[in-house]
Amino acid sequence: MYVSPLREPLVTGAKSYKDVTDDITKPMEGKPGKLWYVGLATALLALGFGGFAIYVTVWEGIGSWGLNRTIGWGWGITNFVWWVGIGHAGTFISAILLLFRQKWRTSINRSAEAMTIFAVMCAGLFPLLHMGRLPLGFFVFPYPNTRDLWVNFNSPLLWDVFAISTYFTVSLLFWYMGLIPDIASIRDRLKDGIRKQIYTVLSFGWTGSARHWSRHESMSLILAGLAAPLVLSVHSIVSMDFATSVIPGWHTTIFPPYFVAGAVFSGFAMVLTLMIITRKALNLENYITVGHVESMNKVIIATGSIVGIAYLTELFMAWYSGVVYERYAFVNRAFGPYWWAYWIMMTCNVITPQLFWFKKIRRNLAATFVISIFVNIGMWFERFVIIVTSLHRDFLPSSWAMYSPTWVEVGVYIGTFGLFFTMFFLFIRFFPVIAISEIKSVLKSSGENFIKKGGRNEK
Amino acid sequence: MKSNKFITGVYWDDKDLLTGIKEIQDKGISIFDVRTPFPVHGLDDVLKIKRSRLPRLGFIAGALGGVLAFYFQMWVFTQSWPINFGGKPYLSVPSFIPVTFELAVLFAAISLVFGFLIRSGIGPGAPVIIFDERTTDDAFLVAIQVNDESEVSNITEVLSSAGAEEVKQVEPSKTEQDV
Repeated sequence: MYVSPLREPLVTGAKSYKDVTDDITKPMEGKPGKLWYVGLATALLALGFGGFAIYVTVWEGIGSWGLNRTIGWGWGITNFVWWVGIGHAGTFISAILLLFRQKWRTSINRSAEAMTIFAVMCAGLFPLLHMGRLPLGFFVFPYPNTRDLWVNFNSPLLWDVFAISTYFTVSLLFWYMGLIPDIASIRDRLKDGIRKQIYTVLSFGWTGSARHWSRHESMSLILAGLAAPLVLSVHSIVSMDFATSVIPGWHTTIFPPYFVAGAVFSGFAMVLTLMIITRKALNLENYITVGHVESMNKVIIATGSIVGIAYLTELFMAWYSGVVYERYAFVNRAFGPYWWAYWIMMTCNVITPQLFWFKKIRRNLAATFVISIFVNIGMWFERFVIIVTSLHRDFLPSSWAMYSPTWVEVGVYIGTFGLFFTMFFLFIRFFPVIAISEIKSVLKSSGENFIKKGGRNEK
Repeated sequence: MKSNKFITGVYWDDKDLLTGIKEIQDKGISIFDVRTPFPVHGLDDVLKIKRSRLPRLGFIAGALGGVLAFYFQMWVFTQSWPINFGGKPYLSVPSFIPVTFELAVLFAAISLVFGFLIRSGIGPGAPVIIFDERTTDDAFLVAIQVNDESEVSNITEVLSSAGAEEVKQVEPSKTEQDV
């Protein structure tokens, strides 16, 4: 197969099919390193603290948060939107890039999809806690209850219930179906023992039969086709929580595409933050190469620029529409009491990603790591700015107020980090971080070894 | 009763596998199964595997999910408990679209996955019949069922001449792992 010399190999080093299996399953065999235990312990500590904060929230009620009558949504909804956004990179990589036949996705799709699932779990916690009393969560589902009432299908908050739960279910199914062949690889490597039995059950009896592969491929393609519009719909619907209201600063038609771009932007930043560490810790530099990091940085600069344009469009429309309330909302964002949040958002989301226009920075791991964290911070502040600064000075100056979170809200947020990282540490220990079978299927066209040998695998 | 004896040939390269299979088929020997570590393109055509009907199943289930979701919302707001939201129409079609779309996707995805599992006969605790443990690693394996002892030497010869690098006789019931 002819491969353009301009195209970087996706797998470097002389890797045969067997090397791929060995390298990727290696971190799962033997004892985990000290670093893994330290990481897991830290994550569990954060999770425990979050658990305590949740206990306080449920026991004392939502009054333990810093919300007031003017600002009804604070950190809780900020974190919800932020976590949902983080998840979008996984589905974008596994669905949209699959449909676009981007081969570089095979090195990062599995871990990014895992992050999607963990992030949506974290996100889902916030609306539930925001209800104050957890059993109220029942009432968001349309079931024939004793009061004969149905939910309001006209409400974007209800659309969210359907969007997030569908998103979680479909992501989980897609991820696990892709994982089955790789779990089978681990099963066949293990000698007898309890681990082998567990992986045998988890592998669903996968054998790699040609008929199964044929079906698996057509299923994956259709699932990707379904997941692609799904991922676009999820953050669009999240944005409608704001856009369909009449609050100045929320009531804009640009929200759905702007939120989707922002979600992919922040999701890729999170994937980069974690994968730059993971590839080093698990010795996967041959599979997640600098070329992969560069490709992701290109997505960051594209989506980051869309977000930047959206910010400017909002400002322009606030002036051009001639609506005084709208204009005030934006002047207040930039120069009001929360000016610092607005300028953190602008710096982190609009200015820093533009550095990726330079190839040197795009291909520099340390710089990418730092910028990816900036993007994560910036995107969190974007949601904070949208929610808090739009609410805190409403139509009646007599009810203007300020908001700051209590330790309980901060604790719940830290707890979701604990949950996310606990899951992530367990994932990298017990499941292959890279899709083994998918790497093998692109090895001949994109593996350094095969390009040199003219596309032959030699035992 | 079908015999439980198989002759397997292992290839180390997917190109060799495809040419090998064609040679085996030319000799009039039918192949029981082919096991590969990743989906090999062109294998479906060579083995004459019919295109899966899963996409059709997904479409039907998705359409059903969408219709049910839309009908349910319509029924709730026009028949079961109509509520006047600020004088807006009871049947407000645009606001029913998100839930309709989500349920269409949900139904399609769930039916695809379960359809795949049921049609392939796999699932948690499904028995694993393994001819060779290296097929999930780097081996491409062709398995041919032996119905009659007298065929053994012929099949072995055909497999070797078709480029198989390891030819073995296996009885998978012995390697089967019941869970």
